[in-house]
Amino acid sequence: MPVKVIIPTPLRVYAGKRASAEFNAGTVGEALKHLTTEYADLRKHLFTEDGRLRSFVNVYVNDEDIRYLAKENTATKDGDTISIIPSIAGGCCPL
Amino acid sequence: MAGEKTLWISGQLAEKIRAHGAETYPHESCGALLGRDSEATDDNSAREVLALFPLVNRRDDSPRNRFSVTAEDVLDADRAAQKQGLEVIGWYHSHPDHPARPSQYDQDHAWPWYSYVIVSVQNGSPQEMTSWRLNDDRHAFSPEGIKIRHTATV
Repeated sequence: MPVKVIIPTPLRVYAGKRASAEFNAGTVGEALKHLTTEYADLRKHLFTEDGRLRSFVNVYVNDEDIRYLAKENTATKDGDTISIIPSIAGGCCPL
Repeated sequence: MAGEKTLWISGQLAEKIRAHGAETYPHESCGALLGRDSEATDDNSAREVLALFPLVNRRDDSPRNRFSVTAEDVLDADRAAQKQGLEVIGWYHSHPDHPARPSQYDQDHAWPWYSYVIVSVQNGSPQEMTSWRLNDDRHAFSPEGIKIRHTATV
């Protein structure tokens, strides 16, 4: 069941400059595991050291945010597109 | 520094970033840098900001020392860039009453590759503006030189 994973511009340098990759995966978590196995340098930018998705990494299946589905257990089917969308945060200092 | 990256920007756009920081003071401003990046062919070639996409700071709870750009805002910025034949090459934000240096919070939340422009706004007046890129190991930012292009951009 190939699903397509769209790699955001800032991470393409760690994925052979590819904009997308396809994997056989039954869930979002499986697809991301395949992605970070094939491109190991991506892992630290997507996941924390204890293996959770970083808070500023948003994952969509087609147009649905997986936070509102079953998170990384969200099922995928043939032809689905998984998009990794950055959110951006920062700030100067503790007040 | 050997191999230091460079970010080109027109004086007019640089002034707009500074003015946005003054406008939102004492809150942080933020926005997207739209432009072109030619580093695929040469590690030392520059990237250039050719347009801005100012955004609303979504951190209503702590806007004086935090900014947030949602995934939807990022997609809007991407679409705005594509319409102009550009791409999102980075982000800017202001540091009200603090230096234009990335904080630990900035580093913890940064993406690689993007340019992060910071403008210091002291007592409402924009001061130093700097640019940074997150290192591959996520352990530090490296400074990126800002060069002002004085010729008119199209």
